Amino acid sequence: MTRTPLLEVDHLTMRFGGLIAVNDISFTAYDREITAIIGPNGAGKTTVFNCLTGFYNAPVGRLRLTGARGEFLLERMDGFRIAQKAGVARTFQNIRLFPRMTVLENLIVAQHNKLMAASGYTVAGLFGLRSYREAEREAIDLARSWLDRLGLTAQADWEAGNLPYGSQRRLEIARAMCTKPVLLCLDEPAAGLNPRESAELRELLTEIRDRHRIGVLLIEHDMSVVMGISDHIVVLDYGRLIADGTPAEVRSDPAVIRAYLGEEETDQIPPEVARDLRQEGRA
Amino acid sequence: MDVRALLKDAGLAAFVTFMLALPMIGFQTVDVSGGVGITVVTRFGDVAISVVLVFFGRLALSLLQQSNWRLPLLALSAGIALGLPLLKTQAHYPVITWLTVIASAVIAIRAAWLTFDVSGVVGRDESNRMGDAAAFVGRWFGPVFVVFALIFPFLPTTSRYVLDLGILVLTYVMLGWGLNVVVGLAGLLDLGYVAFYAVGAYSYAIIARDFGLTFWACLPLAGLFAAFFGVILGFPVLRLRGDYLAIVTLGFGEIIRIVLLNWTSFSGGPNGISGVPRPSFLGMPFHPNPPEGTTSFHQFFNIDFSAEHRIVFLYYLILVLALVTNFFTLRIRRLPIGRAWEALREDEIACRALGINPTNTKLTAFAIGAMFAGFAGAFFATRQGFISPESFSFIESAVILAIVVLGGMGSQIGVVLAAILLIGIPEFFRELAQFRMLAFGAAMVGIMIWRPRGLLAHRDPSIRLADSAGAGR
Amino acid sequence: MRIGNKASAGGGRWLLRACLRCLLRDRFRGAERSGNTTGLAQQAEDRSEATVLGGVEALEYFLQQLINGVTLGAIYGLIAIGYTMVYGIIGMINFAHGEVYMIGAFISIITFIVLGLIGVTFIPLALMVVLLSAMVFTAAYGWTVERVAYGPLRGSFRLAPLISAIGMSLFLQNYVQLVQGARVKPMQPVITGGFEFFQGGGFTVRLSYIQIIIVLLTTALMIGFTMLIQRTALGRAQRACEQDMGMAALVGVDVNRTISLTFVMGAMLAAVAGMMVTLYYGVIDFFIGFLAGVKAFTAAVLGGIGSLPGAMLGGLLIGLIEAFWSAYFSVEYKDVAVFVILVLTLIFKPTGLLGKPDIEKV
Ligand SMILES: Nc1ncnc2c1ncn2[C@@H]1O[C@H](COP(=O)(O)OP(=O)(O)OP(=O)(O)O)[C@@H](O)[C@H]1O
Ligand SMILES: [Mg+2]
Repeated sequence: MTRTPLLEVDHLTMRFGGLIAVNDISFTAYDREITAIIGPNGAGKTTVFNCLTGFYNAPVGRLRLTGARGEFLLERMDGFRIAQKAGVARTFQNIRLFPRMTVLENLIVAQHNKLMAASGYTVAGLFGLRSYREAEREAIDLARSWLDRLGLTAQADWEAGNLPYGSQRRLEIARAMCTKPVLLCLDEPAAGLNPRESAELRELLTEIRDRHRIGVLLIEHDMSVVMGISDHIVVLDYGRLIADGTPAEVRSDPAVIRAYLGEEETDQIPPEVARDLRQEGRA
Repeated sequence: MDVRALLKDAGLAAFVTFMLALPMIGFQTVDVSGGVGITVVTRFGDVAISVVLVFFGRLALSLLQQSNWRLPLLALSAGIALGLPLLKTQAHYPVITWLTVIASAVIAIRAAWLTFDVSGVVGRDESNRMGDAAAFVGRWFGPVFVVFALIFPFLPTTSRYVLDLGILVLTYVMLGWGLNVVVGLAGLLDLGYVAFYAVGAYSYAIIARDFGLTFWACLPLAGLFAAFFGVILGFPVLRLRGDYLAIVTLGFGEIIRIVLLNWTSFSGGPNGISGVPRPSFLGMPFHPNPPEGTTSFHQFFNIDFSAEHRIVFLYYLILVLALVTNFFTLRIRRLPIGRAWEALREDEIACRALGINPTNTKLTAFAIGAMFAGFAGAFFATRQGFISPESFSFIESAVILAIVVLGGMGSQIGVVLAAILLIGIPEFFRELAQFRMLAFGAAMVGIMIWRPRGLLAHRDPSIRLADSAGAGR
Repeated sequence: MRIGNKASAGGGRWLLRACLRCLLRDRFRGAERSGNTTGLAQQAEDRSEATVLGGVEALEYFLQQLINGVTLGAIYGLIAIGYTMVYGIIGMINFAHGEVYMIGAFISIITFIVLGLIGVTFIPLALMVVLLSAMVFTAAYGWTVERVAYGPLRGSFRLAPLISAIGMSLFLQNYVQLVQGARVKPMQPVITGGFEFFQGGGFTVRLSYIQIIIVLLTTALMIGFTMLIQRTALGRAQRACEQDMGMAALVGVDVNRTISLTFVMGAMLAAVAGMMVTLYYGVIDFFIGFLAGVKAFTAAVLGGIGSLPGAMLGGLLIGLIEAFWSAYFSVEYKDVAVFVILVLTLIFKPTGLLGKPDIEKV
């Protein structure tokens, strides 16, 4: 199988005041592959995502996306256009569902742009035209297929905020998928999942890659997930790219081992614990 | 039970009350009789009463945590709440008496709540129950309300005064529904809503005066102008965070008012515009002696002229306008734009990640809300026949906001109830008018603490999988 | 509000008109006097007459506006600190802060009168007592506002504290109107006199003692205050809460107490501003908090919300802008000028002049 580049990141740099969160990073993510971005806490992984999806404007660097919808230079686009036009969808490290809307509504809102056009920018929708009703039914069907896939059909009319944590994580992925993306960016989707859920997640992600045939960018600390399913791994440490290769290559890379072990030696606190602590602080 | 801790807590509350009351209640500034300047008179008695009231109130509230105190306290406070109004004190110390009554009533209700609530915990359960109540009210009372509103002018009890009041309440219902789109659905706190009301009123007054257009021709124009202003204002500021937006809209409201006040050649300045044309029924004026060439309403229907015809007409006019607002809102909630509003209210960042254009989406909410205010403004102008900047002060925005907030953001029926409660009821207690805004303020704080989503906050999903399983709607 | 909605029930149209006129006249007087107490309207008008008469004393006129503007700016700055501190620590706009300032002004005037009645005529002593009393009692209001209206809402939904604050503001305004009456409260000037420069030529630049006191007192308070924030444990706790409230609580900072004290300090500074306004203009009413609050908030935003020096700088700029705008352009639109500045700042430089950039973490 030939690899088609989907996203080319070139010399991406992002600073916060004096802190260089992302320092001159270049890598390529390929279509129909799972590319994992790993690295210790604070390595700059989420920042890469934020630059990619237009939440931050990186002062330096080029982000070229060449997908089914055409070629886009993401660094020049507004946040919402990246999702709308270029087809980059993402999830968040701290789940960001619409908690007081129902599960189904969350999935319908994700299809906003399609439905908006179908509703004739609201005018046709107000009069209940047939074309709009049909578009809405399609939207429901898509949502329903995802609900069935994730076993959330029974909870479709629940408020999303009332779902158990693991289901919320999956719903967020489904919501991103409902935008029909060409590139799906997942920020720590396995965080807080139990082993069984995390196994299900692995299955879901491979399915997204193989059945929906899109590229996946995956930030993850859970090595069982990362090593199990990714085709290609990028390792960051202190904002720098320190390794880039297949799981096997990365696993044996001395720089990677140093980054991970070194941190644990200097920092008495294991990264998982530190992360939990920080999340509590945020909550 | 730690008696000392309880007393200390109540004592602290009493002390703070003392600090608050001593300067502001203990001394009253009064004009020097016959001279210039002011002097003070003391009211230490009131200070003492307030302190005692707070001490025991606080103590009672703490004691309610103990289950064996609940029944006695319930009996005591209910006794005070019901008995005190019968005593003579009311005549001498009306404020203190009523404060005591209200405080006792609150304690009694709280005690009753805790006593008869088996689970004893408030929280999710409670809000669900209230939500169910709201859903029930919405489903069953909605139609009843509409029917009632339709026959209201012909009820034997409806005097002209009551009908006027009905018009007033409906105006606020409409404004509340309009603002509900902005605040309730889109989650944009607009403190300058009255500016759009003013734009609608002035555009109707000026267009009708200078171009002689009829009310029906002006109404859409007034709405359009208001919506246009909404877009003009919204475009630069809608990307601001929620609280900045609130202040900026407040500023905008004030700017409009100041401009109307000072641009005399355009708006008549503080004197406003008088002689705003009255509406007509299908081109037939409500006038005892219609001008040449027109047939008056009473002539056409061959009935005696009555000034009340116009009032009844105005009543139905605002009823229709309000209902249109309502149906429009209910419908648009189920469209993509309405869902996007609610999604934006929930999480703007997630919306951006889903490809929703936040600025445009907010802008439509803002413009549609403004449009309804514009309609209401045109109605206001034609009803009063006179408008001036004073009708469009910040207080007005605050009242409309209070209606939306108290009723339950996003709840249509809640707005109706809140408008009746806040606008209708106070009219019957004119002597309490001075306490009205005080009570509004206190109620806004109270509701935010007790039920932040509003009294009748209940959200109906805009779509259900269960319903859509068969034929999609 | 809702003018004449019942009039049509009563009788003919003339009655409605008459009522409206009455209401309006009353109302409008109110507007004038609140403009007078919160702004420089009257002064500017006096002065501009003088210029027109005198002719070319452009420099003197300018100097006078500068002095007036700085005085006004000091007052706005003091109020702005309250906004900025609260915003810094809990990230909300304390909408009721303007009312707290208004209450400070009332407590000052009441204390002055009481002192006069019990025969304290030694002015420095009276000033000290008034300052102390205003600060202490107003602090109680600041503390209570936080405890009642904001404390229970921490962690509630986004708009809740803001709505609660608006409710609180309405409540306080009407409470004061109720317990103290709606009429303006005039006060005899306590501190009179001042320096006069550049006499002759028809225009005199006046620098009154009261203006000097206002600026000096503000400067002193600012210095003391900055030290407090930078040197003391309280200031450290405050800065910790600003950074991360959850973490601060974890490491043993009493978050509730810190927040309460922030409100108390904000209220004290607002009380000082209230006292100064009472002394400076000699009239107050229950409505002065609204405009002053918005302007001080504008000052805080202009300076960079969350930054103490920014609040002072912003206050100064707003004072100057208002003074010069009234003097050279139009008195009527001076409030519009301030609002426009607020909007422009928020659109083009939301972090203000001295604020830290605030990139939202996703
Ligand atoms: N908005 C911001 N302002 C200032 N500093 C930031 C901001 N966002 C991130 N940083 C800093 O940039 C660095 C990288 O952060 P980032 O969130 O990208 O790390 P990460 O690799 O996702 O870590 P984690 O595994 O903990 O999620 C951190 O030091 C963080 O504090
Ligand atoms: Mg991260």
